[in-house]
Amino acid sequence: MKRKIGVYICHCGSNIAGYLDVKKTTAYAATLPYVVVARDYQFMCSDPGQDMIKNDIKELGLNGVLVCSCSPTLHLRTFREACAEAGLNPHLCEMATIRELCSWVHSHERENATEKAMALIAAGVRRVLYRNPLETKWAPVTPNTLIVGAGIAGIQTALEIAGAGNKVYLVEKEPSIGGRMAQLGKTFPSLDSTSDMLIPQMEAVQANKNIELLTNSEITEVSGYIGNFKVTIKKKPRSVDEAKCNGCGECWAKCPVEVPSEFDRGMSKRKAIYIPFAKAIPKIPVIDRKTCKFFLDGSCHVCADVCPTKAIDFKQAEETVKAEIGACIVSTGYDTFDPTPITQLGYGKLENVVTSPEFERMLSPDGPTGGNIVLKNGTAPKAVAIAHCVGSRDQNYFQYCSRVCCMYSLKYSRLLKKLLGHDTNVYQMYIDMRCFGKGHEEFYKSASDEGVNFIRGKIGQVTNIPQSDEEKGKLIVVCEDTLLGTMIRVPVDMVVLSVAMKPRTDMEEVARTFLLGRSADGFFLERHPKLDPVGTMLDGVFAVGCCQGPKDISDTVAQATGAAARALALISKGKVEMEAATASVDEEVCAGCGYCEAICQYSAVEVDPKRKVAVVNEAVCKGCGACAATCPSKAMQLKNFGQKQLIDVIDEATKEYAGLAR
Amino acid sequence: MAEKKEQFEPKIIGFLCNWCTASAADLAGTTRAQYPPNMHPIRVMCSGTVDPMYVLKALLSGADSVMIGGCHPGDCHYVSGNYKARRKIAMLKQIFKSLGLDENRIWLRWISASEGPEFARFIRQITEETRKQGPSPMASDWTV
Repeated sequence: MKRKIGVYICHCGSNIAGYLDVKKTTAYAATLPYVVVARDYQFMCSDPGQDMIKNDIKELGLNGVLVCSCSPTLHLRTFREACAEAGLNPHLCEMATIRELCSWVHSHERENATEKAMALIAAGVRRVLYRNPLETKWAPVTPNTLIVGAGIAGIQTALEIAGAGNKVYLVEKEPSIGGRMAQLGKTFPSLDSTSDMLIPQMEAVQANKNIELLTNSEITEVSGYIGNFKVTIKKKPRSVDEAKCNGCGECWAKCPVEVPSEFDRGMSKRKAIYIPFAKAIPKIPVIDRKTCKFFLDGSCHVCADVCPTKAIDFKQAEETVKAEIGACIVSTGYDTFDPTPITQLGYGKLENVVTSPEFERMLSPDGPTGGNIVLKNGTAPKAVAIAHCVGSRDQNYFQYCSRVCCMYSLKYSRLLKKLLGHDTNVYQMYIDMRCFGKGHEEFYKSASDEGVNFIRGKIGQVTNIPQSDEEKGKLIVVCEDTLLGTMIRVPVDMVVLSVAMKPRTDMEEVARTFLLGRSADGFFLERHPKLDPVGTMLDGVFAVGCCQGPKDISDTVAQATGAAARALALISKGKVEMEAATASVDEEVCAGCGYCEAICQYSAVEVDPKRKVAVVNEAVCKGCGACAATCPSKAMQLKNFGQKQLIDVIDEATKEYAGLAR
Repeated sequence: MAEKKEQFEPKIIGFLCNWCTASAADLAGTTRAQYPPNMHPIRVMCSGTVDPMYVLKALLSGADSVMIGGCHPGDCHYVSGNYKARRKIAMLKQIFKSLGLDENRIWLRWISASEGPEFARFIRQITEETRKQGPSPMASDWTV
């Protein structure tokens, strides 16, 4: 095919024309090989500018267009659409950036800028020369969604998507849904009961026919691409037949084994057959095979004996569920920091030094203390110190701010005053008060008005060694009051450590399963911090809630709703555009060495074992070109970014252009 | 061709990753950062697609130095392309050393999309350094 290329040079008002000689550049472009027309215009992106290109395509029969103007991120789509309207394959249109990469950055050297623009245009023509028409490909979208993690983020997303009439697979690792939110007593800044908000949502999930709830399950494998993922879900055995069990509770009432409850942070006991908490959904118990006497030595089967529906099934095996999904939402949540390594705070050594998750359980009406704040000896504390930023904003542990601790610490203060009386002394040892949300500053003001003592300083030590009679039998908090500039000692009965939120320990496995990136803080990396905070680098996979970074319930729900909208948008569109500039193999040249197969991040290349040539799965290929750079025989090339093109471009770019001549 | 200048003006070829360094270059333009015009930018989809052969080709064709701009470790749009680039360039530099060629004419840099000023600063740096190094002996006529 004889190439006929049109070159269009934009003045961009004076943004380009003001700093380089457009006329000279245009005259130069007209002399380049294969160029049949070179024009300049005030604004190429305007309608008359686009019409100029369209007319030339029709009248001169152009089969290549180079627009020399701004960055392709700005207007490549505009010009490609114009070409398509005129009947030219959009992939035959290319841009040379003479504004951002030339006129704007060399605005005081007109001659050099003109020379560089000429070189950029000459190289651009070479790029167009080797471009081929490509077909825009579409793939259908499976209208099912997978949600990993059924905390408030997962629950919210599931309800939104299922509410729109689409199928949702909601997968939860634990035996019950609810996540971390279920462990909280009350929420800030309204002091509403958490369960009043969460339980109806959990029940709605269970009642929704569109939601397939898979608890006690984990994702083992994900393959495919946006719109067409295939996932394998491992359902761990409950040892209880879900279809038969009616949740009567006879089994866990009679079970003789008692172990510390994970849900209550070890502050109460659960049985070997148990539900994590009273309002668990589904209300079906699970047998902990590590502690159950039947599995240890076969000595006990009391649960099977008492079960009225004969639901106990000791032989239940692991089940594998396969699902086809279009979008995937990861909402795996967070862990809390264990402050044991900060030995000066005395956690684990001194009685009545508790972490915030433990204190949260204490505040919950269904918790180990029935919602009462009590010391180890059963009495109520008269004075409580709350330490902020335990692990957060700390060079030794986590640099980031956990965002919720200031607010829940204030919540504790107000609840302490409310539950134990206003004469209870509450001290907050803080670095900065960060009360940024709606109604948060007002909440801070109320706590302050209620007589909470705010001490600006980090706790240096918590000790039980008294220096005066007043301190006897107390915990003494030693810290610097940085506003007074003195060291102080505060005798209290209880110390609450507001511990950091941290990435879950299984974060790396999840990241590897879903090919997700992680930011420096260890949480999942969003596609764009401002413009796409729910997307991830993998199309069709979204990360929401605290697995993407610490956030409170309102922010989590907002982000979850956003991710639901993204998944629904994908489903309602029904098709996804695939990367057109994929890798392709010259089968005549390919020796089937398999280097490309080994280097491909997306498993998009496979060597056909019979024909001994590499085969590219174009639906999976992202067009990064790693295989092309690795191919020893250069049989593998990226479409429209081929070797000949680049070599030609390099040749053109290294030609001596006058301003920089030796 | 205009008249020859007295000062040596190095010619630099830059392979810029579409997702980070090319965006940083756009940003440098938007903020009107000024840098010398010696670098000719070539947009590529990923730093990992820069075949060492292209670097060699540029140097043999007359470039005095070559830069490859990629995403910071961990930030690659294609998950691991920048690591592939790092390996390839490390290997190429090793080969240069053993052949007695100047491996300091190859510059691999991580410049993220937000680092417009850093991009301009780096272009000033590479231009100055290459000017100090003088014309590349590899860029002479190759006739056998």
